[in-house]
Parts: sequence; structure tokens; C-alpha cells
Amino acid sequence: MSRSRGKKEATPAKAHKPTSNGHSVTVTPNGGGTVLNGNSGLRLKTGLAEMLKGGVIMDVTDARQAEIAEKAGAAAVMALERVPAQIRAQGGVARMASPKKIREIMETVSIPVMAKCRIGHFAEAQILQALGVDYIDESEVLTPADEAHHVDKHAFQTPFVCGARNLGEALRRIAEGAAMIRTKGEAGTGDVVHAVKHMRQIMREMRTLKVLSEEELYAQAKDLQAPVELVRLVAKTGKLPVPNFSAGGIATPADAALVRQLGAEAVFVGSGIFMADGLNFCEPKEAEKRAKAIVRACTHFDDPKVLLEVSEDLVGAMKGLAVAAMAEGDLLQTRGW
Amino acid sequence: MKIGVLAIQGDYEAHKARLEQLGAKVTLVRKPEQLDAIDGIVIPGGESSTFLNFLAERGFLEKLRDFVSTKPTFGTCAGAILLAKHVENPPQQSLDAMDIRIRRNAYGRQIDSSIREAQSKLGQKPLEMVFIRAPKIVGTGKGVEVLATADGDPVLVRQGKIMAATFHPELSADTRVHQEFVKMVKNGHRRK
Repeated sequence: MSRSRGKKEATPAKAHKPTSNGHSVTVTPNGGGTVLNGNSGLRLKTGLAEMLKGGVIMDVTDARQAEIAEKAGAAAVMALERVPAQIRAQGGVARMASPKKIREIMETVSIPVMAKCRIGHFAEAQILQALGVDYIDESEVLTPADEAHHVDKHAFQTPFVCGARNLGEALRRIAEGAAMIRTKGEAGTGDVVHAVKHMRQIMREMRTLKVLSEEELYAQAKDLQAPVELVRLVAKTGKLPVPNFSAGGIATPADAALVRQLGAEAVFVGSGIFMADGLNFCEPKEAEKRAKAIVRACTHFDDPKVLLEVSEDLVGAMKGLAVAAMAEGDLLQTRGW
Repeated sequence: MKIGVLAIQGDYEAHKARLEQLGAKVTLVRKPEQLDAIDGIVIPGGESSTFLNFLAERGFLEKLRDFVSTKPTFGTCAGAILLAKHVENPPQQSLDAMDIRIRRNAYGRQIDSSIREAQSKLGQKPLEMVFIRAPKIVGTGKGVEVLATADGDPVLVRQGKIMAATFHPELSADTRVHQEFVKMVKNGHRRK
């Protein structure tokens, strides 16, 4: 908090190659051909997010779960040491997963592998980039490492996804270089209520911008605490300049369909697939069924007949925690700003 | 003329927007029976393992295989993987439609993704190519026409009514590749 703004020595510099405009250089592994630099860094980052659309990104804690996820049709996996429900139940400081564990998962599946770093912990992010993960989630699920600053994500070649509760938060993360936004929801609860709240909030705020005049946009940018250029861009296009996904409490096929119908372009499912409750994993067979059902619901989100079919086949969902009954201090979504 | 875009997962919206920009009528295809109502199909980028998972049900794979054996088809990235006769890393099922050998994630992980420019048979101007965790075409059969290469590897190929790209023309502003496909659909019944 006491450090002066704009100090450059604090930003990571060696593990990647920032250019003068802050975007990453594109590097071809085998040389030759004309490689376009400059802004292409951000296009490549959002490009991978484009490929994940319509899909489900599943939290996994080991290679076996990753295999189940891939077999069930996951578009990507999030490699973790503990899923959010376990972190919530066990407490303690939640950090980046062990690189060994992440590598094991990367070697097991052919789909993209994401991993989480703590908010503001650019050194963890450097390690994840060096490891070669495909996406880094600067996540409120882990214990924050910085109370004021998020990671300068432009300084990385690996794309980042960040959580948001509202449009201002989403645009601040995008200004810092996030190439994908997801709702925060309330992770590890199996209660979809805040994923819904945050998605509705972001969509509503974007719709509101569309009717404002140019001079009103300046005032709105101030209210949103977001760069006016990004506010103007959203006002013009009616959508975020990066893909907009949903996360935080999605536990059933119906939950996935709900957030998709509200505007989410893809869905993260954390504890909902592999957990029976906060501490215990469910049977692999059941996890497989749940995973497959949620993947189907995400694709056929607007087809109630398919939703019925995939829901009918399920035995149950994780027990879950009702967010409304939780103490303010137990919420993960208030981490970051 | 109606073009379908396989919309199981992936960047199907980007293809849809591009085809509509070129004046085509577009249907998002999520079920096998929808194949009956379209004249050509685009298989987009995304995860080929996810696509196969859906195609394994309700005879979707067989029906799509029949479709691509007679109707114009264009696959990008994961779509190209699905069209190839031979898939490596790992070996997996496909539509067995195009005489190419393709290796998944052959350039590495996301950090090795790149945007390049290279010449193609689609006009003088170099073509921008967005490669995202791209596969590599490591072998082509006799009937396969190479429309573009990058670093010596074929990246845009055609065989009869089927075209495949290992990059993502739907993510570039240049519309030539999709124009070529729309032309193929228009000529659909005449080409072999």
C-alpha cells in the first residue's frame, strides 16, 4: 500500500518479453515467415478464449480427475491443489498449486490447462508462465498477496482470466491486460445466486451505457472507476472487448444453462463436479456423469428438452452452502476491487 | 443457400459473423437432424476432443461423415483435425474425410501461439494467419491441393469439396478464405 505508483522494478521483466507498448511479442518456435508483433499479443490471448466458448472449464486436483474431465467433454481444465469447497472447509492460506501437480495434469490431457495465482502475486504468475500453462486465473479463490494491486497482465505472454462482480471491476481487469472475464459468483458453495447476480449486473450496466451520450460517458467512467476508452468501447459495441464467462457456484446442468442464457459465453465449474460436500469427493462414476451432463447443458443451454434429459439422469449435486446464510467475512468475492 | 456452423463448442460465433458478413444464411448446428437443412458446413476451432464427445451420440458422427463426403465442408484448427484421415498426438477418431496426416498441438502450448503472414493461392496480398495451439499438417496425399504454407508446412489445403486450415481466418479481418468457401458452397453440386 505504501509503495509509490508506477514503480517499474516491481513488475516482472525477465520471464517474458514485454514490448514498449506493453503487449507481448509473438514468438514462433521454429522461426521463419513473417511474424506480426505489437498488438497481436492480446489477439492471441483472446483468441484462445474464443476457442473455449460454449464449453466447460473444470477444476481438477489430479491427473485422474483431469482425464475424467477431458473424457466428459471439458474444453479445458483448471489445475488446482484443492478445489474451492475444500479451501473453504479447510481454511489456511490458499496458494498457487504445486508446479509438479500442474505439470502432471498438463502431461495427462490434450486440452488447455489453466492454473490459478493469487491476486497481485506476479511471481506465482511468472512461475506458471515458465511452466507453460495455457491460461492464468488471477483468482479471489486463493488468498490475496496484494491488498491494492492486481498483476500487470500486459507484461505476460500467457493470457489471464480475472473475476468481476460488475462492469467497473471487469474493465479495470481488462485495462490491466486480462484477456477473459468471468463472474466471481461465490466459489465453492454450489450456490449459483451470486454468479447470476454478477452476470446480470454486468449485462445491465453494459445495456445502460448504450443509451448514454458522449459527455455522460465521462461521468459514467468516473463512477465505474474504469478507463473512459474502455467505457466508450463497451457503449459502442454493447459487449466486453474480451470473452465473458461465468463462474462461482455453478453446480448443476440447470445452473450452467441459466448463466448461459443470461449471457455467459462459457462456464467454469469448480467444486460442483468432483465434490460430494466441502470435504469429500464423490464417486468417480458420479463425477463423470455430472461432468458430462453439465457439458451437454452448456452446449444445449437453450433447449429445455435436452436439459431435461441430462438432468433426469443425475443422482444428485454437491450439498453446498447457501450464500445468504454466510457471514460477510467468509465471502471470497470481496477479494480484489 | 444455407451454411451450417457446427456449434458444439468453440469459436462458431466468429465463423457465423464472417459468413453473414459475406451475405450467407447461417444455421448453428447442434443436432444431427439439422444437417438435412444445410448446403455446406464449417467445423470451427475449439477442442476436437469435445466435438468427438458429442458426435459419439445419436449417430451424429456417421451422419456428419456422410454429409462431408458429399457436401462442401470447411474446417479450421480443431475442424481440420476432425477432417483428417490420420490424427496424431494422441491418435483419435475422425471424419476420415481428407487425405492428410495432422498432429495436434504440434507447435506447443498457448505460449507458442503466433500470428504470421504468408503468401497463398488466394491472391497477391499476403494472408494473415492466427495460429492458436495449432495442429500441424505433417503429410498430404496425392489429391490434396496446398493453398498456403507457412514455414514450409501446409496450413491451408483443399481436396475436392473439402477445405481445411490449421489457422483461424475467422479471427482476421481478411475475408478471402471464407469467400473461397462460400464460392465452393455455391458451386457445391458441380465440384468433385
